[in-house]
Amino acid sequence: MPAQSVDRPMPAPFSDYEIDAAYDEMFRAKGRPRPHYKHLYTQLLNLPPEELHRCKKEADLSFFNQGITFTVYGRTEGTEQIFPHDLLPRIITSSEWATIERGLTQRITALNLFLADVYHEGRILKDRVIPGETIYTCKHFRRQMHGVKVPRDVYVSVVGTDLIRLPDGRFVVLEDNLRVPSGVSYMLTSRKVMKQIFPALFRKCGVRPIEQYSQALFSTLRSLAPEGRSTIVLLTPGIYNSAYFEHAFLARQMGIELVEGRDLVVHDNKVYMRTTSGLQRVDVIYRRVDDDFVDPLAFRADSSLGVAGLFNAYRAGNVVLANALGTGVADDKAIYSYVPKIIRYYLGEEPIVDNVETFLMTDRAQREHVCANLDKYVVKAVGESGGYGMLIGPHSSRAQQDEFRDKIMADPRNYIAQPTLTLSAAPCFMNGRIEPRHVDLRPYVLFGEKVTIVPGGLTRVALRKGSLVVNSSQGGGSKDTWVLQN
Amino acid sequence: MLSRVADSLYWMSRYFERADHCARVLEANYILMLNPSKVSTEERWLRIMTSLGIPETAEGIDPQLAMIKLTSDPDNEASIVSCISESRENAGQVREQISSEMWERLNRLYHYVTQANSRLETDSDPLRLVAAVREGSYMFRGVTASTMSHGEGWQFIQLGKYMERSCALPVLLDAYFSTAGQADDLDWVGLLASCAAFESYCKVYTADLKPQSLAEFLLLNPEFPYSVRYAIERMNEAIAAIRKTSFTHETGRIERIAGRLRSFLAYAQITDIMAGGLPRYLNSVIEQCKSLHAAVHEVYIDYPIQSALEA
Repeated sequence: MPAQSVDRPMPAPFSDYEIDAAYDEMFRAKGRPRPHYKHLYTQLLNLPPEELHRCKKEADLSFFNQGITFTVYGRTEGTEQIFPHDLLPRIITSSEWATIERGLTQRITALNLFLADVYHEGRILKDRVIPGETIYTCKHFRRQMHGVKVPRDVYVSVVGTDLIRLPDGRFVVLEDNLRVPSGVSYMLTSRKVMKQIFPALFRKCGVRPIEQYSQALFSTLRSLAPEGRSTIVLLTPGIYNSAYFEHAFLARQMGIELVEGRDLVVHDNKVYMRTTSGLQRVDVIYRRVDDDFVDPLAFRADSSLGVAGLFNAYRAGNVVLANALGTGVADDKAIYSYVPKIIRYYLGEEPIVDNVETFLMTDRAQREHVCANLDKYVVKAVGESGGYGMLIGPHSSRAQQDEFRDKIMADPRNYIAQPTLTLSAAPCFMNGRIEPRHVDLRPYVLFGEKVTIVPGGLTRVALRKGSLVVNSSQGGGSKDTWVLQN
Repeated sequence: MLSRVADSLYWMSRYFERADHCARVLEANYILMLNPSKVSTEERWLRIMTSLGIPETAEGIDPQLAMIKLTSDPDNEASIVSCISESRENAGQVREQISSEMWERLNRLYHYVTQANSRLETDSDPLRLVAAVREGSYMFRGVTASTMSHGEGWQFIQLGKYMERSCALPVLLDAYFSTAGQADDLDWVGLLASCAAFESYCKVYTADLKPQSLAEFLLLNPEFPYSVRYAIERMNEAIAAIRKTSFTHETGRIERIAGRLRSFLAYAQITDIMAGGLPRYLNSVIEQCKSLHAAVHEVYIDYPIQSALEA
């Protein structure tokens, strides 16, 4: 056994720190921090516990006073909570990041080609790489988008990809969020707070900056605008949306108008906003409203969040929507299992960042295997996100398993299963002690004229001990993500 | 600027001014009521209620409860806590338009007043609450003036603030002058303190508290921020500035109403006003403010789309 992986005693404040089968972001073995965590480790050993407490309070107060909150659904309307934030950064080396960056660039390029194909000729279906049935039965497939030309053929300009790290240290993609991914404002504000709390650590570690995200997003949106016209707006569902804080934040950072559906009118297939000096033409809409709700005439008629006539204006090429409509077909969890094939088909390359093994419930053999072993698998509804509608086998009761078995049998297309994966663990400051918690990583990818990925992302934390669910709607928190210079 | 945004900024500012006004009136009167007077406590409370435009009868006013009702009762829409909540709600609609510092100040004040209910236990607590609101309001105003661009949005904030003031001051004056018969010097001090006007008044008229001089000062003084004339002059400036940034064909109507209101005060004489009946004059000011408010709303906020397309 190499000397570096022999356990050594853990000093305070790490005395209760356990290392199990999960990949530990900070330690190779007990008492042996990985080289890129050395500065943080030393700092934590030398910091008196009261000092850590003080920092934690300072950070929370800063979030509270800035109103950095999210809304929890299913309770009284508009219940605001501060986003739980962990004090200790999650650190990624520059070489690990280089792989992620190449992998995600490859992925977004392939997925865009896939979307353009699906909504035009459908070559990939004719070549039988993906069964057409899988596409057409997808809840997020938008028939209305067939033949619609989108600028630069960019369907997805903003992606939040969820990565997890397996026990062997490899990053793999757990899911792609191609519709209206959120969370980037937490990444940006958390960095600002961390700089106030750990200035010395930043200097020592050499952390790559992420503050340019808003400018990059703005350039991406502008690159989609028609020649000579560039009024860009951000369309929000309004203040009761869980991500409203983020919408306001991004609009302010980019200096564009934050509009609601009721601020826009469509006349003669052109989109205008109501201003104090009359109607003003709108060219690009960074929409944070789901497909279903953008236009009551084209999609859900009961939507009051959208703009009547918007889809016709879009079809006529008089306004750009980012992301385009119908992109959800590519982040359907059943289509997800085909992404490696999609990459090979369009790019002729092997995927740089792998998928998680996925079982399709439409396949009889796979379905029977999973249904017989529900206690070992994670079952997910294909069109859901945010941790809703899923079963975590090992943590579930008999009754829940029976319920899911019935659901799968009733609608196999709606479910997929994945083996229960052990997410990597990172040190978190919990009630005065430092303990490991499971984390994932959501980097944000921008695609316009070129692909831009700011070095970092949102590291989401499952705050409950042993829990594998990191979604903010299910009791998850976040921590700052540091990508090192070298 | 988006019409909805302009509307939210305007109302954020109006509600904030309303909370501030309420706090000032309460603070001034609460201290003065510690002195004995010919006027009964109930009647003095009734006057406070009336001067804030809250309908109430003299019977059965409990001072402690009245104070709570006006400060921290979320069910009373005129209470300080309701006004601050409304103001914050409007600010929340336009988070990206106001500076982060403004939002943070307003948010802090909101959390302070919403948590105040539990603190209203000892006798001096209501005072501490209203003092905190007043201080919070100075901070918010200062931060607003120094961190936000003085563009169109800021002008709508100014318009809201002075519109609210132009409507609230006549109501306050009316409440005091309609009970002028039994008022003594202390009551007049209370009126001046409700407008933070005592020192400024004395600089002009000395400590000689004549009702007519008071009315003249609070109505017609061109320099004092809590006079009706001052507020209306500022509204005119805001309206002119807004017209410059967003010209629409209908602004003439707004300027006509605003200009007429301005001369209604600028060329008025207090002797004429008193002779013609102060309540009538005050009422006319309020009515003109209301039609100005309606005109601004129809031209900038809720205009018919057809008219905008033809323009």
